[in-house]
Amino acid sequence: MSTDVKTAALEQRIAPNGIKLPIYMDNHATTPMDPRVLEEMLPYFMEKFGNAASRNHPFGWAAEEAVELSRERVAKLVGATAKEIIFTSGATESDNLAIKGVAEMYKEKGNHIITAVTEHKAVLDTCKRLEKYGYRVTYLPVQKDGVVDLDDLRRALDDKTILVTLMAANNEIGVLQPLAEIGRMCRERGVLFHSDAVQAVGKVPMDVNQQNIDLMSITAHKIYGPKGAGALYVRRKNPRVQVSAIIDGGGHERGMRSGTLNVPGIVGLGKACALCMEEMPKESCHIAGLRNRLRDKIMSRLDEVFINGSMEHRLPGNLNISFAYVEGESLLMGINDIAVSSGSACTSATLEPSYVLKALGTGDDLAHSSIRFGLGRFNTEAEVDYVADRVCETVERLRELSPLYEMAKEGVDLKSVKWQAE
Amino acid sequence: MAYSDKVLDHYSNPRNVGSMDKGSLDVGTGLVGAPECGDVMKLQIKVNPQNGVIEDAKFKTFGCGSAIASSSLATEWVKGKTVDEALGIRNTDIVKELSLPPVKIHCSVLAEDAIRAAIHDWKKKQGVAETAAPVGTRASH
Repeated sequence: MSTDVKTAALEQRIAPNGIKLPIYMDNHATTPMDPRVLEEMLPYFMEKFGNAASRNHPFGWAAEEAVELSRERVAKLVGATAKEIIFTSGATESDNLAIKGVAEMYKEKGNHIITAVTEHKAVLDTCKRLEKYGYRVTYLPVQKDGVVDLDDLRRALDDKTILVTLMAANNEIGVLQPLAEIGRMCRERGVLFHSDAVQAVGKVPMDVNQQNIDLMSITAHKIYGPKGAGALYVRRKNPRVQVSAIIDGGGHERGMRSGTLNVPGIVGLGKACALCMEEMPKESCHIAGLRNRLRDKIMSRLDEVFINGSMEHRLPGNLNISFAYVEGESLLMGINDIAVSSGSACTSATLEPSYVLKALGTGDDLAHSSIRFGLGRFNTEAEVDYVADRVCETVERLRELSPLYEMAKEGVDLKSVKWQAE
Repeated sequence: MAYSDKVLDHYSNPRNVGSMDKGSLDVGTGLVGAPECGDVMKLQIKVNPQNGVIEDAKFKTFGCGSAIASSSLATEWVKGKTVDEALGIRNTDIVKELSLPPVKIHCSVLAEDAIRAAIHDWKKKQGVAETAAPVGTRASH
């Protein structure tokens, strides 16, 4: 398809009931920018365009002032102090800096790192690289509901452990880990605790002191801010944490992250955090209501539908469901005026089904049948109702096409069939 | 993922969806793929025993849009061909017709396998009917 045709698909159309199409329900992948964030950023492109490190003139001072305000705003959202916030290009960089930076800085103390199998690739791939350098990494399993077993963590900690890195909320299934307990366990043993909190910040309350967190990765584009702007929280007290820089060149950000600051992006990150700070309690409640409405509408109309991951410990906007006997990509095709994602192998570049769903013990067949909905600030009840209807009618249609549904209805136990795989 | 118009057409308007009587002597059933792989195709053919012409075909598929389109196309193509002609259908023909990208080629391979499996099943049934019947009796099936 030519570029014109691809972007034409993004052009807005209006559905019969007045809803604007396409509908965006993939807020775990990224979020639309809040207009208030954009407004806050604009002056820093053309008028207040100075380099925040230019100490000698008003252009620099204005930029620096904006950066410092953002620093305060980010810190406030997570219960930290401004000096503890380092700006980066995003959460992937923050994860790299936290993990590699600690590994390098504390290598005399030990070489063991603990993480979990359901972490984001930015964490997993960084750990894999450290293994090549001779570090030892333990990948904890998760329970069926997606939560790490604290006993597993306790058993894995040893006297060479220097870092535990566990995400606050999972990007695929939205499951929340018990951060305060994990942090306490680490603190008792003098082990640093890093959390990739990208999906959680701004959506559920985060507090680095209450949760005993020493390092935390944050990004703007999951909270209605710009892409390319993130932060790493690095604790300064009780204990004082240090990380070796992974980018050298000028010593910016207290020597931890060199490079000219992305002032407009940082301003956007700060504003996004400030808005979350104000609006989070009401917004989370509202979004959870929408998510539950979507779930209830789907589950009351369809049978053999399974939610992946704990509903109790979950982000308010996340719904990850498997529709038995229907493959995920074919379902997405049928709802092509709705943007969501799937754990099916067919939707991934590598043809591997979701490793997160696999870690839950979900069979590959149900992993192939999964859809992830990510509701956000700009979704409406009317959109939820429309999506529920479209999903249900598409599943019903595809089940008519499905040999597996037919066999299941005939009473065949699919697990006992000897499949002739290609 | 960008889909070709033909894939979209087969997906929205699949041809020959349904099932035939598996037990019938004239029906060949091919069931290929596996749920864990994300692709299962059931393709059935009804063959005229006098002249070996495939008179009807039906399919059901669990799989992505390209898999559904490949199997739908397969049922269209086998209709009217003899079983030997149908054996000449290659996955590369399907790839070309549907403009499948490299990552979806395996869907066309599975469709070709489904055709072959259906024909094999039919031939097996015919073979048993032909050879197992002693003089004066009819084979029960």
